[in-house]
Amino acid sequence: MPDNHFQPKIVAFFCTWCTYTAADLTGISRLAYAPNVRVIRLMCSGRLDPQFVLAAFRHGADGVLIGGCHPGDCHYQQGNYKTRRRIELLRAVLRDLGVEDQRLRLEWISASEGEKVQRVCNQMTEELRRLGPLRLEHPQRQPAEPAGKTR
Amino acid sequence: MMKPKIAFYWCASCGGCEEAVVDLGEVLLAVADLVEIAFWPVALDFKRADVEALDDGELAAAFINGAVRTSEQEQMAGLLRRKSAAVVAFGACATHGGIPGLANLYDSADILDTVYHQAPSLANPDAATPSENSRVAEGELTLPAFSATVRTLGQVIDVDYYLPGCPPPPALIGSAVTALVNGKLPPKGAVLAPDMALCSECPRAATKPGKLLVTQFRRPHQTLIDPELCLLAQGLACLGPATRAGCAAACVGANMPCTGCMGPTSNVIDHGAKALSAIASLLDADSEEQITARVAEIADPVGTFYRYSLPASLLHRRARPAAREDEEVAP
Repeated sequence: MPDNHFQPKIVAFFCTWCTYTAADLTGISRLAYAPNVRVIRLMCSGRLDPQFVLAAFRHGADGVLIGGCHPGDCHYQQGNYKTRRRIELLRAVLRDLGVEDQRLRLEWISASEGEKVQRVCNQMTEELRRLGPLRLEHPQRQPAEPAGKTR
Repeated sequence: MMKPKIAFYWCASCGGCEEAVVDLGEVLLAVADLVEIAFWPVALDFKRADVEALDDGELAAAFINGAVRTSEQEQMAGLLRRKSAAVVAFGACATHGGIPGLANLYDSADILDTVYHQAPSLANPDAATPSENSRVAEGELTLPAFSATVRTLGQVIDVDYYLPGCPPPPALIGSAVTALVNGKLPPKGAVLAPDMALCSECPRAATKPGKLLVTQFRRPHQTLIDPELCLLAQGLACLGPATRAGCAAACVGANMPCTGCMGPTSNVIDHGAKALSAIASLLDADSEEQITARVAEIADPVGTFYRYSLPASLLHRRARPAAREDEEVAP
């Protein structure tokens, strides 16, 4: 693959009880996966504030992956259901803001599913590679320009 | 003693903020005794040259409402910044972008195309499009440039204080002006409104159920709204839990849900994200099908959660279409 080939940046938020443990298993099992994923550990996927997702996009992520326990298996009973609701509503907002559905992915990965971490990370990296970088624009404040003449 | 000089200016706004100043009524008369109004294009016949003639920092305060969309607005904001000791972003548009900020859902070229070429009520036989320079028989005419996005005032110039609201509530305007005149200024960057969620001052707070669950979202025209009961408990997407107080729950008092014009409290970066997070938590839905059905009941998600704050949000505007793989990409 040529060096200038697009390498998507993916920020992943994994819950400590299921998906983060699964990612450890991926490593222990020597299952290599795309290095494009940067993992951040949360106590629960329910800790995920939608602001985290937007901040990741703002600071250069091309995709955000969220991993939690399977429905019914949350260590805190309800956290993953809350995440599911928030993410679906956030997805509706992002769609209208031109951010494609593939850029925000929610997966249930239990502690024993190390190979699923590998599969999901690789799949998402490939999908985003095809999709291209996320193009956002932010206002940069210019130094206050001296008031020009009335035009 | 010389009276402190103040200025009012408007950028991309509807005029409602100016109306709010006039609506101060007798309070305004009291203020007018204390200060000298040096510039107020809506109400008084001053010109830009009058502002240019002032010394730098000569104005005690400039109250600027509206978001910034054109080069003229940007220049006026810069000019008033130089001439003023304090700049107050006045109203939701100056503070967070406001309703004009929803134009950040579209590209500027598409907006001009829609307005001048596609609108069904249009009579434009020559397909004229405004341009910054045009040559006519009498000479050259110029228009301000139309920028790529709508920005908040704070994204254009240094702002000292923010007075949110659509328009700012009279009581908050009164206390802000009084504080400025008396020199009892809060720390720079302060939002001149209480730092609590609207639910804290909502007259319906007592009727908010301990465990609030929304089984179906309704829009105000789809239901007979109970005038006493918490609006969220009635399935209306009220942004009270995520919006700053200070308006004395004016909309809720008029039996309408809060739409978020006061912006978020100080601990929040992105108002819309927090508002949608609060609302999503209330959904009485666990399965994907149920959740999808509830989400579909929200007619315009960006317009609901970012009605006044899209330019100030983390994403600022709609993303540009993604570059395809065959396009050259900067590393």
